[in-house]
Amino acid sequence: MSQAGKSFARRVPAARAGLWKTGRPLLARLDIELTERCNNDCVHCSINLPAGDDAARRREMSATGIKSILEEAASLGCLSVRFTGGEPLLRDDFEDIYLAARRLGLKVRIFTNATKITPRLAALLKSVPPLEKLEVSVYGMTAESGLAVTRNPRSFEAARRGIGLLVEHGVPFVVKGVVLPSTVNEMDRFEAWVRELPSRDGRPSYAMLFDLRSRRDDEAKNGRIRGLRIGPRDYVRLASRWGEGHALELRAFVARSAGLRGDRLFTCLADAGSIDAYGRFQVCLPLRHPDTVHDLKAGSLKDAVGKFLPKVRDMRAANPAYLERCGRCFLKDLCLQCPAKSWAEHGTLDTPLEYFCAVTHAQGVLIGVLAEGETAWTVADWPARIERLASPGDHERRAQAGGPAECGGDNPWKT
Amino acid sequence: MENLIDLDSAYGPSEDVVAREIEGEIIIVPLVSGIGDMEDELYTLNETGRAVWLRLDGLRPLRAVVSELAVEFDAPADRIEEDVVGLLGELVRRKMVVRKG
Repeated sequence: MSQAGKSFARRVPAARAGLWKTGRPLLARLDIELTERCNNDCVHCSINLPAGDDAARRREMSATGIKSILEEAASLGCLSVRFTGGEPLLRDDFEDIYLAARRLGLKVRIFTNATKITPRLAALLKSVPPLEKLEVSVYGMTAESGLAVTRNPRSFEAARRGIGLLVEHGVPFVVKGVVLPSTVNEMDRFEAWVRELPSRDGRPSYAMLFDLRSRRDDEAKNGRIRGLRIGPRDYVRLASRWGEGHALELRAFVARSAGLRGDRLFTCLADAGSIDAYGRFQVCLPLRHPDTVHDLKAGSLKDAVGKFLPKVRDMRAANPAYLERCGRCFLKDLCLQCPAKSWAEHGTLDTPLEYFCAVTHAQGVLIGVLAEGETAWTVADWPARIERLASPGDHERRAQAGGPAECGGDNPWKT
Repeated sequence: MENLIDLDSAYGPSEDVVAREIEGEIIIVPLVSGIGDMEDELYTLNETGRAVWLRLDGLRPLRAVVSELAVEFDAPADRIEEDVVGLLGELVRRKMVVRKG
């Protein structure tokens, strides 16, 4: 048994997923939408309801209900919970819920606009750290540009005050920007500001490829969101603004992920789940299709994760257009087309999405696996193109180059 | 630090950490700041550490833990003692374990 001279305890970065030597827990990560309400009214937002929407507030899960879910999640092996919204800090009982999660031994990710951070909350986050950096969405570098995004005249100042409190208390956080007509010319200024933040974490990520309303509740707003989406070529141009890092990342990702997915709809559901603001289990937060939502009143979280989720994971595409295009596209894993976005845009799980398809093709052209005007699902020699792409050293160059990452997950371009 | 470990004292997990057993792994999750070396890290124990950790109930003196492990692992008590003191020194330094009595 002797271990003389060896360390008995192994440090594991909290963000590292590969913690397990053998099997993985049934549920490793859980997203909880604490509220759909938000004190901002961002022009591009896919979910927010007004902060003062009392009907929505009354329907929200109670703190007791959320704690019960957290307890069951922890019993299933969950190690990380994300609190998001709307604006999760709108809830008066946020601290209570947060502490309950931490006392269960959960790491906590918090997505916030920072406007509701108080000295008391900043002090709490310092003394009882979430073990994950707060993720703060920043909407504009001036009161004017911020107002054009949030349509809340108090938001800019409140957010800066909240960020100042995080800095003052030494709470680790990262900031995320957004590319909109009112902010696109502020990117250099934004990045310079980020560089001065004490807990900066490389280059900031940006929201650019906006989702439509996941509740499918406001077609007029969907029209406005469509109008705010950046063009595919402009997306590639902006994503490449830090040099060749973006292209190197793309090449490395495509080299390891290229392939035909056929009628397989879900490639991203593993050991995670989501709970909406009203206590319904969803396989992921934006996906509100009735066939992919499980009411926890009708069963436990364990049932949802152990029985319902695998059924959803096995769902297959049937739409001929999807099978003809997406099912035969070797860049499917790069594309942001997914059941959640298909649901938001078309009310189905398996409809090709022209905008995201165009973005993917623009990226394919950038890295040389597609010619201008070529469609990826008609490329017969794609394995040879990928072979040429995966030249030795790509991964090393990618690691050194860094580059923009719009969101988490294996695909840095997924939102 | 190892010299501070008293075999006649009982040790137990600190209230400043949450210890969880997931898929056979002992995961020690800091609850408050100042645990361990970094702000955002979790800790796992190797097999030896796990065997000791599961016996740190805050009631039994460490010497009894050593005796129990020596029988279970069929190993010389002095070797076991060396390991246990080493582990306790590390865990006490990281503020994950405290002396209970």
